[in-house]
Amino acid sequence: MPSPQDRARVRNGWLLSAPALVLLAMAAAGPLLVVLVYSFLEAGQYGGVEWAFSTDAWFGILFSKDIFTDETMLADAHLAIFWRSVKLSLLTTLITFAVGFPTAWFIATRAPRARAMWLFLITIPFWTNLLIRTFAINEVIRNEGILNSLLLWAGVISAPIQIIYTDTAVLIGMAYVYLPLMVLPLFAAIDRFDMKLLEAAYDLYASRLQVLRRVILPIVKPGIVAGSILVFVPSLGAYVTPRVLGGGKNMMIGNFIELQFGQGRNWPLGAALSMLLLVIVMVALLAYVRAANKGAGHGH
Amino acid sequence: MDRSRNASLTSDETTAGPGVTVSIAVEARNAVKAFGQGEAAVRALDDVSVQIRQGEFFTLLGPSGCGKTTLLRLIAGFETPTSGQILLDGKDITADPPNRRPVNTVFQSYALFPHLTVAQNVGFGLQMQGRPRAEVADRAAKMLTLVRLDHLAQRKTSQLSGGQQQRVALARALAPQPKVLLLDEPLSALDLKLRKEMQIELKRLQHETGITFVFVTHDQEEALTMSDRIGVMSAGKILQVGSPRDIYTRPANRFVASFIGETNFLPGFYAHGQVALAGGHVPVAAGTKEGSTVTLAVRPEQVRLVAADAPGSLPATVRDLVYFGTDTHCHMALSDGSEVVARLQSSVSGEAGLEPGARVGLVFTEGAAQVLED
Ligand SMILES: Nc1ncnc2c1ncn2[C@@H]1O[C@H](COP(=O)(O)OP(=O)(O)O)[C@@H](O)[C@H]1O
Ligand SMILES: [Mg+2]
Repeated sequence: MPSPQDRARVRNGWLLSAPALVLLAMAAAGPLLVVLVYSFLEAGQYGGVEWAFSTDAWFGILFSKDIFTDETMLADAHLAIFWRSVKLSLLTTLITFAVGFPTAWFIATRAPRARAMWLFLITIPFWTNLLIRTFAINEVIRNEGILNSLLLWAGVISAPIQIIYTDTAVLIGMAYVYLPLMVLPLFAAIDRFDMKLLEAAYDLYASRLQVLRRVILPIVKPGIVAGSILVFVPSLGAYVTPRVLGGGKNMMIGNFIELQFGQGRNWPLGAALSMLLLVIVMVALLAYVRAANKGAGHGH
Repeated sequence: MDRSRNASLTSDETTAGPGVTVSIAVEARNAVKAFGQGEAAVRALDDVSVQIRQGEFFTLLGPSGCGKTTLLRLIAGFETPTSGQILLDGKDITADPPNRRPVNTVFQSYALFPHLTVAQNVGFGLQMQGRPRAEVADRAAKMLTLVRLDHLAQRKTSQLSGGQQQRVALARALAPQPKVLLLDEPLSALDLKLRKEMQIELKRLQHETGITFVFVTHDQEEALTMSDRIGVMSAGKILQVGSPRDIYTRPANRFVASFIGETNFLPGFYAHGQVALAGGHVPVAAGTKEGSTVTLAVRPEQVRLVAADAPGSLPATVRDLVYFGTDTHCHMALSDGSEVVARLQSSVSGEAGLEPGARVGLVFTEGAAQVLED
């Protein structure tokens, strides 16, 4: 039970953080509000908006009008982009988990000094510009790149494999870029994991797989949830990586939004798409966290 | 189990008295465990052989670092011996992993699963064995009743006190009905009062379940009060195995004598059934090599004070008296300066009017003095 003093302290805390809250409101809520308002306006002829209320943008997310017959039909191209974004983001999350979990486990079980070094190595790419890292990946996987040259030289393949400008390229790039975001929370969770529990479970007739499924995974779950969110959310809005590695064809939501504000000259559609992206992320997060909590079960 | 008189003594049986055979629950044969390589290798266990009987409360007693935990971990299967074997019910299990051994461990840190309730913790072993859900729940409930925690079945383990967590750890390890229960200093994290309670509780559980307990402690009093038999360890070896009374009254060597209880060690010379000491002779049991220098071990409570020139007594001078309540320790010096402590009842020593500087005679309770070869 919070005592009156506690409550007073909480109240004072609010007052003290008022400047920060104002800043937050201007920096976060303000722009969001602008975007929301823009999504209900008419598109200007050369970009920008006309100050007239319209739901065309929201309508335009799912439907498009045939220019000749004026017929309304489902915009499958848009749906394909949405679907690809969600699919690639989910796959990125899975891949980073599959790679990141053993990595985090490895690091967490090293001696303290070695551990610091591994963590440092994992975070190094973070200190390099995203664009440069993405171009580095490009350099590796493009047709005349390092990977293909090596394979050709070794005689494994006779013609370059087309990786660049495919979904696979985007996946490789995103998995690489977001891996540290998965490894770090997993490491934090595994680091707190009491290794004695492994022996306890093994002693109590659990097989190695059961130790993993019944003891390790449930206990480090907060780390898994945090890592998945940290990877999935930016993946869904990724812009640079699909642009550089996916080329023009393999667009994700982020590129599609950018298109509306650029060549597409449809700011309201771009704004509506942005809002939709936000909603998708929120709903996905809520569903995920709720499912994760239910899995933990039996808690008070 | 064949208890007939003519039963041959196979490897998993031993005599526990005339005509009685006892089966061996777990045995270590020439177990060696070395950690590290070459020069830097540490021999945590150095050729240890020990037989632990079916249904007994066996205690491994020894100072920190002597290899007690290592021996338990060999039995549990967490470590494989560098050489030697571990046998369970006469079967070689040296190569079996822990999840294939019907042996469970109570960890010093309890190692309860934080994501499971008390009841789920207790049922974990049975669940992993693939027992039906109803049986798991039923047995977990029974075990919790046994350790008197049935009212906390649905709690998370983090909401329990140290003593309660200890009981959960016990119930969890006992639930699958292992052949042997291993307990690695399970009471050392508890405060004194709780520890005394749990000592009684452990004895009761061992009695009610009939399971063989292998208990590790560095506390000699705990070992003496709880055990059927004790194995005293030092520096990777088992020095002596015996009942608490055996170990206390007939320590095999100087280490055992000094580690368990307090002992006076007096240098002497053995010849013709007696040991020559400064100022006299003490008759002892035969069996020592004629003419060897020996150490005579005598417990303080087996030293009696008599008049200074009483026949057959050793002359001594009182140095100091230390009052302990019911007992008073009387520190004395023999004529060669070697120190002897006698434990006297305070009421008696008070009446005797002892004081530092007084000259007295010492006699040892008959048969109490033990000859330790050097
Ligand atoms: N994993 C290990 N690696 C290296 N040395 C160890 C290891 N485990 C135990 N030892 C050493 O073996 C000896 C016995 O340890 P242990 O069995 O834990 O003793 P106890 O339980 O009697 O205190 C100690 O010297 C300890 O340092
Ligand atoms: Mg130990």
